[in-house]
Amino acid sequence: MTWETVIGLEIHSQLKTKSKIFSGASTEFGAKANTQACAVDLGFPGVLPVLNKEAVRMALRFGLAVNATINKHSIFARKNYFYPDLPKGYQISQFEIPIVGSGTIDIPLDNGENKKVGITRAHLEEDAGKSIHDLYDDYTAIDLNRAGTPLLEIVSDPDMSNAKEAVAYAKKIHALVQYIDICDGSMQEGSFRCDANVSVRRKGEGLGTRAEIKNINSFKFLEKAINLEVERQIDILEDGGSVAQETRLYDSIKNETRSMRSKEEANDYRYFPDPDLLPVVIDDELLKDIKNRLPELPTEKKARFIDTLGLSEYDAENLTSQKAMADYFEIIIDKGADVKVSANWVMGELSASLNKNQIDIKDSPISASELYKLISRITDNTISGKIAKDVFRIMWNEKRSVDEIIKDQGLEQMTDIGALESVIDEIISKNLDQVEQFKNGNTKLLGFFVGQVMKATQGKANPKQVNQILNDRLS
Amino acid sequence: MSLDNKQVKEIAYLARLSIEDTELEQSTSELNNILSLMADLSEIDTGDAEPMAHPLHMSQRLREDEVTEENLAEEFQAIAPKTGKSHFLVPTVIE
Repeated sequence: MTWETVIGLEIHSQLKTKSKIFSGASTEFGAKANTQACAVDLGFPGVLPVLNKEAVRMALRFGLAVNATINKHSIFARKNYFYPDLPKGYQISQFEIPIVGSGTIDIPLDNGENKKVGITRAHLEEDAGKSIHDLYDDYTAIDLNRAGTPLLEIVSDPDMSNAKEAVAYAKKIHALVQYIDICDGSMQEGSFRCDANVSVRRKGEGLGTRAEIKNINSFKFLEKAINLEVERQIDILEDGGSVAQETRLYDSIKNETRSMRSKEEANDYRYFPDPDLLPVVIDDELLKDIKNRLPELPTEKKARFIDTLGLSEYDAENLTSQKAMADYFEIIIDKGADVKVSANWVMGELSASLNKNQIDIKDSPISASELYKLISRITDNTISGKIAKDVFRIMWNEKRSVDEIIKDQGLEQMTDIGALESVIDEIISKNLDQVEQFKNGNTKLLGFFVGQVMKATQGKANPKQVNQILNDRLS
Repeated sequence: MSLDNKQVKEIAYLARLSIEDTELEQSTSELNNILSLMADLSEIDTGDAEPMAHPLHMSQRLREDEVTEENLAEEFQAIAPKTGKSHFLVPTVIE
């Protein structure tokens, strides 16, 4: 039996405002519990929510970046449910008319092609507080600092057909919200959260029943959770059972999803327009102003990298996949470094070391200007590319400057042609057999000679010069 | 549209209202009266009218993104039924 998977994602992205969406309390992360929860956030009687202008601007920024319809009249609604970290008994959200309507985003596929994924809507809402279950034996502790933090909930169309595509989509949105500077993107601190709606169907049939998976806080877990859920649903259906429409929690320690019964009864949220808030009206002038201030978007940056820097599609996609990486790369290029060499270093040695040590490029021990110096020492022939990798490792570990390392370790490339020629002549005289074979047509032996020269010069010879001299001597 | 006793019980539960079984019959019939009033309204042709989200003909005022609230945690905690070091405490919620 062939099964098809249908996935849609709901992404909650915390907006980077200084104050909350409906109150003047601070949104700063990490404060002592409940010190940033004011009467509005606590749902005291008689308080009135007043909408944060910056949260509206940020939502519009996102809408424009995904070419979405902007609803010039949007309304806030109350989503009713009871939970201790929701003091009002309702969450202020948007239901019938969200501020951002339907849009699209392109995601890269494994085969090098792009796929268009639809965005159903994006709406503004307030976050709830935090319940801490393991602090006391007999109580649940409530911290309401997060209550009222602005969120943009981005809902995709059910356009993804496997876990890889879902991850590619989530990464694209993750990069985009950072490009347009509306969210810090931290999945660990919970400012970027993903829920996945997953269903399976037999090829050619209508949509199956979906389960919603919550509590996914990394891209790796997103892929794992979806694959697990697909397997679970196929098993049920192949055994003749039926999938229940429910909310499931992903447990990364046990690597399983399990039913979240507590949410079941509350499924009827009884939305209605919030009488405390008037309709939000967006005028053309505001929209124009936001459009004008929109920074270069990832797709635009990628096109520029291809068109004006001459990078390949693959390199351009890779380098623009994260704003911080693109910024890093551009600092190097702006200083005048060779584009291709720089691209290779940023995507190669640097990315590999960052990944291996799980360091964000923003916290790279080697700054962009230091890497620029290293690259320019390769292109001005002070050191070879191979030696540069050793220098890179020392820079990474000891945070010393490029020139200092090259000088201390005596790594400068041999520039004295005469000296290089005598090294080469000596090697030739010691390997007459190989010379003979080479002259008889075994040209692969050139590599052998280059290797010998590099060994004799401890890698400090310029490979180009070595090749030239060898070709001269051996022909 | 009319509701039966079971539906009224469910709605009451969702709103965390306690309705005694003895009151149920009366609540159901009162609610159904209101619903039939609403049904009268749906007789009116509203095809040309724009849906109204709020009775005031005004739009939402926006505030600047500034932190204006000070920390009143102590005052709020003082009137809470139960607090820990800096948390509000509620009966254990089981996930």
